[in-house]
Amino acid sequence: MNLGLRDPAWLTYAQMFGTARWQCDLRNLVVFTILFLAVAIGVGLLLALLLDRRLIACDFFRNIFLFPYALSFIVTGVAWRWIFNPEAGVNLLFNALGINHLLASVGAPPLKPGWITDPSVLCPLNDILGKAFPMVNDLAVQIGIPVALIPVVIAASWQLSGFAMAMYIAGLAVVPHELREAARIDGASEWQVYTRVVIPQLKPVTLSLIIILGHISLKIFDLVFAMTGAGPGFATDVPGVFVFEQTFKAIRYNTGAAASIVMLVLVAIVIVPYLLRTLGRAR
Amino acid sequence: MKAAPTRWFGAGMPRSLGDWATLGALGCFLLVFLMPIYLMVVTGLKDATNVSLSSMWNLPSYLSGGGFAEAWKKLWPSMLNSLFMAIPATIISAILGAINGYVFSKCKFKGSDLLFIAFVFGMFIPYQSIIIPLVKFLQTINLYGTVVGLIAVHVVYGIPITTLLFRNYFNGIPNELIEAAKIDGATLMEVLLRIMLPLAKPAFVVTGIYQFTNIWNDFLFGVTIVPNPKAQPITVALNNLSGSFSVDWNVVMAGAVIAALPTALIYIFLGKFFVRGMLAGSVKG
Repeated sequence: MNLGLRDPAWLTYAQMFGTARWQCDLRNLVVFTILFLAVAIGVGLLLALLLDRRLIACDFFRNIFLFPYALSFIVTGVAWRWIFNPEAGVNLLFNALGINHLLASVGAPPLKPGWITDPSVLCPLNDILGKAFPMVNDLAVQIGIPVALIPVVIAASWQLSGFAMAMYIAGLAVVPHELREAARIDGASEWQVYTRVVIPQLKPVTLSLIIILGHISLKIFDLVFAMTGAGPGFATDVPGVFVFEQTFKAIRYNTGAAASIVMLVLVAIVIVPYLLRTLGRAR
Repeated sequence: MKAAPTRWFGAGMPRSLGDWATLGALGCFLLVFLMPIYLMVVTGLKDATNVSLSSMWNLPSYLSGGGFAEAWKKLWPSMLNSLFMAIPATIISAILGAINGYVFSKCKFKGSDLLFIAFVFGMFIPYQSIIIPLVKFLQTINLYGTVVGLIAVHVVYGIPITTLLFRNYFNGIPNELIEAAKIDGATLMEVLLRIMLPLAKPAFVVTGIYQFTNIWNDFLFGVTIVPNPKAQPITVALNNLSGSFSVDWNVVMAGAVIAALPTALIYIFLGKFFVRGMLAGSVKG
């Protein structure tokens, strides 16, 4: 094995960033992270606020919502791969709910997305971005939301919004009830009590969640690997899968190592300031 | 971390329209959250002849073992591998974490806080970033492809989180206790063995559950470090099962239920400790 440095030393990185597959991976990583954070944190917050009204059976609801967190990403991936099989799963539910019947009656084609088998990309942005940043025109990848990535976002959110909920419940416990009472006495509507008083108080929890879930998203591997792998036209490929396949399938250690260092740097950028802030402060 | 007192309890009957809307919304979420679990269990209970894509949402038309017998036959060796891997790795990493946590909490030295942050960063390092040198190293010391090698890797990767959990726990134990023991002539080691470890039983439970769940659910180390199918942990075996085209879906789904069972049971029966470890593991200071 030749262990000498390449000339120039960053050649592996330069070649990797030039490939369509790695560009797909970065696009997928950004799209996945944004959608996953939005869904998981949004659902988690909503569930925590709903449970905070402390109605009957709220313990039961909470336990069920957190349950997927105890499972392996592989189990989640195996189950959701079947749910998003285009011949079965949710598409059958569309039929059962009469959506396709309704569409047929107005002459529209039936709603039958290909989900994890669909290589197409929604909301293409290349033209718009290309006008603002000419370098976008050199990209080999279609910027947008890959359809096949949406089921992965849903599966990941299913597994982790319970975690967001639990974090918010812990956060809500330290928001003093007097604060809400005071806002109500001052004439705030129930909506304002939440948007102006409670949710701003939860900002530290939201920040923690963005960082913790964000770093999970940067490292995501098992779920994608079990559910779709690289996907049609690399529509669900992510750096985690890329490193694995380059290193152990294609035996290109240099490319695998380069991609893994990119992952490490991204995670470090997110995590190190957070650790210095939360743990450094406790000194 | 001082766990915030969480309001996990309390139940009121719905009175207003808003209360009923709340319950309705929770009910809808409940259906979505239970849907994959329903599918896994129901499909696993169907016979091979009874499984078809078009009837996947239906209950099985008659009761039988379904795919469970075959899934169990295929998966039980790797279930044992997972147990032989997860139990020792959990115990060893918890003990090392207790010692580290004691030092970081009660025997601070110059730079120990910074070193602690560096320690904790370890748990965020992507597995992928260390996998090539890790495999090389394991090959050099002849542990590549063995369950022992897998245990060693999980122990090392577990040290940051176990250290964090124990340090936070020990931070809650008053220093006066240690000072008093020292005045009575106890050494650092004696303080650890006679005072700290006996007090740390709850931390061992929380850390043990956290580590066992994490190690059981791991996939990447299992698939890269152990190429031999006979020695692979259950997550890898399940993924292989679901990737092979010769196997029916009822078997795969039954396999998913079997693979999920240990951590699911922990969650159901020891949920309180599970949640505590989960929240503490999120590094909220």
